[in-house]
Amino acid sequence: MGYFLTFGHSPWGQQILTHVSWNLLWASLFAGIAFLVAHASYMVLSAHRKRHPAETDAMEAARPDLPARIRRHSGVARGFHWVMAASMFTLLLTAFLPIAGVKFAWVTWHWMAGLVLSASILFHVVHASVFLDFWSIWVGPKDLPELRAEILRELGHDVPGPKPGKYPLGNRLYHLAIVAAGLSVIATGLTMMVRVRTPILPRNPYMLADSTWGVVYVTHGMAGVALVGLVIAHVYFAVRPDKWWITKAMILGWITRRQYLEHHDPDRWVVGMNPKNQIPNPKSQVAQ
Amino acid sequence: MAVIRDVMPAFELFQPASTADALDLLDRYGSDAWIFAGGLDSFDWLKDRIKRPRYVVDLGGVAELKGVRERDGGLEIGAMTTLTEVVRHPVVKQRYAILMEAAEAAASPQIRNQGTIGGNVSQDTRCWYYRSGWSCYRAGGNVCYADTPDAINREHAILGADRCVAVNPSDTAPALIALGASMVVRGSKGERVVSAEDFFVGPGIDITRMTALQPGELLTAIRIPGDWAGSKFYFEKVRDRQVWDFALVSVASAMVTTGETIQNMRLVVNAVAARPLRLVNVEQFVKGKPRNEATAAAAGDMAIEGAQPLRFNAYKVPLMRNLVKRAIRGVEEWATS
Repeated sequence: MGYFLTFGHSPWGQQILTHVSWNLLWASLFAGIAFLVAHASYMVLSAHRKRHPAETDAMEAARPDLPARIRRHSGVARGFHWVMAASMFTLLLTAFLPIAGVKFAWVTWHWMAGLVLSASILFHVVHASVFLDFWSIWVGPKDLPELRAEILRELGHDVPGPKPGKYPLGNRLYHLAIVAAGLSVIATGLTMMVRVRTPILPRNPYMLADSTWGVVYVTHGMAGVALVGLVIAHVYFAVRPDKWWITKAMILGWITRRQYLEHHDPDRWVVGMNPKNQIPNPKSQVAQ
Repeated sequence: MAVIRDVMPAFELFQPASTADALDLLDRYGSDAWIFAGGLDSFDWLKDRIKRPRYVVDLGGVAELKGVRERDGGLEIGAMTTLTEVVRHPVVKQRYAILMEAAEAAASPQIRNQGTIGGNVSQDTRCWYYRSGWSCYRAGGNVCYADTPDAINREHAILGADRCVAVNPSDTAPALIALGASMVVRGSKGERVVSAEDFFVGPGIDITRMTALQPGELLTAIRIPGDWAGSKFYFEKVRDRQVWDFALVSVASAMVTTGETIQNMRLVVNAVAARPLRLVNVEQFVKGKPRNEATAAAAGDMAIEGAQPLRFNAYKVPLMRNLVKRAIRGVEEWATS
């Protein structure tokens, strides 16, 4: 147990949980990098199985009714993503650099970034529920055929099965993992704010029993180290050349008609005549 | 403090004869090694059985770490020089009287005979919650028992608290910072010289340490430049009893004046935060101002800005303010005005 958790003693001599063992930070870091190396190797070895451009040409020729640029993310959604990313990086750096030996006064930066992250996620939940297609990012039993098709495609089979709607299956699974880790770290982090001096909450270290605080700290630490691996994976996919079109969409807001047809199922992500999905293209006529 | 027992936990004792041998041992055993100087702080920890090091490196036999030498117009004091030797050294007495006063204010004559200046600046905090072995932040846990609604925290911090509210107990530390001293630190990667101001770290930087010393590193000497030699010094340590006690608040200052105008000043307070605090804003404020009651009063008020007393230590706020006032105007001048 000592490898995963650390224990201390309460004033009454009881053994209490105190922290997650920081060995797990290195384990998460290693897992993230190992995944990166494994995936990158796999992609190099399977490069020959890429779709032939002529296939995509034909798909594009068949759908001249689609706009040349298709909106993937609204300005508000992109703003949320980058605010959340900045706060997440600040949180991870302020949490783990001191453990790695880079010493600085990190606590104030950490809780302030945590508040920004919490506010941005609260905003995202409301925005996604009211203004976006809330269910498009979630995974469920209905996605099993797509998962099966994706696996078979990755294994080199030519499978006609379903393609993703707005978000690829990998995106949706990642979102699920980040929701679990993110909400855990936020809920515990906000609770832990009563242990430090802030101008926001009155300090009350007795709000919970020592043993319960231990669970809060361990949950925060577990979610934190999990986020290290998840963020490594996310950044890796964001900078991969074959996924760059997705990252670019998170910067500019749109994807091309060709990318839309190549990677998405038009029946599951319908754009067509909806003006909200069209982006004016100064170089060519906007397709209707 | 926990009840001191008679028998310490077993450890392997090394008594190197040179700094190089000591560094080899520290490099070999890293954080498992305990550096033993005069032993005053160490024996508390070991006999309380709170710290249980596997290896103890006793520096008592390393001659090159002892003694006071003149160097580059200033002084170099070996880390293993006893406080009594510092107090009695003629150059310290003549040119750096503030250090003599501070060293003489430490503990008792017997302890000063045994305690070293390196140990005095490197000693751990005296917070009794921490020293009782509870799993507080400083001990690697997740709570500060001294900063709870019913904690007994009369001696704890009013400034710079960051989860932990322990204070630095060193008497010589504020005097060394006021003199612009540097700490010579050696490790397996070589030597680095850290300003005394940066040598002490607060909980925001590293909650489990009081100094910038890392496992495997050794404080070998303290260098004091000649810049502030012979200037107007002030040191005062307020404590519950006049011997063998730690400071409730202490102040150390070095001042250069022209007539009654303050030209330059370094001002440091201790026992109000986890590290000795140099009051740079006050130093800037008094520069070019007359050395009088009005300047001292304004500086005193400025010094305590941001103070956050705990349940039992609000008295430290006016105490610190008044000590800063006294450091600036001087006691004698005030008494005769």
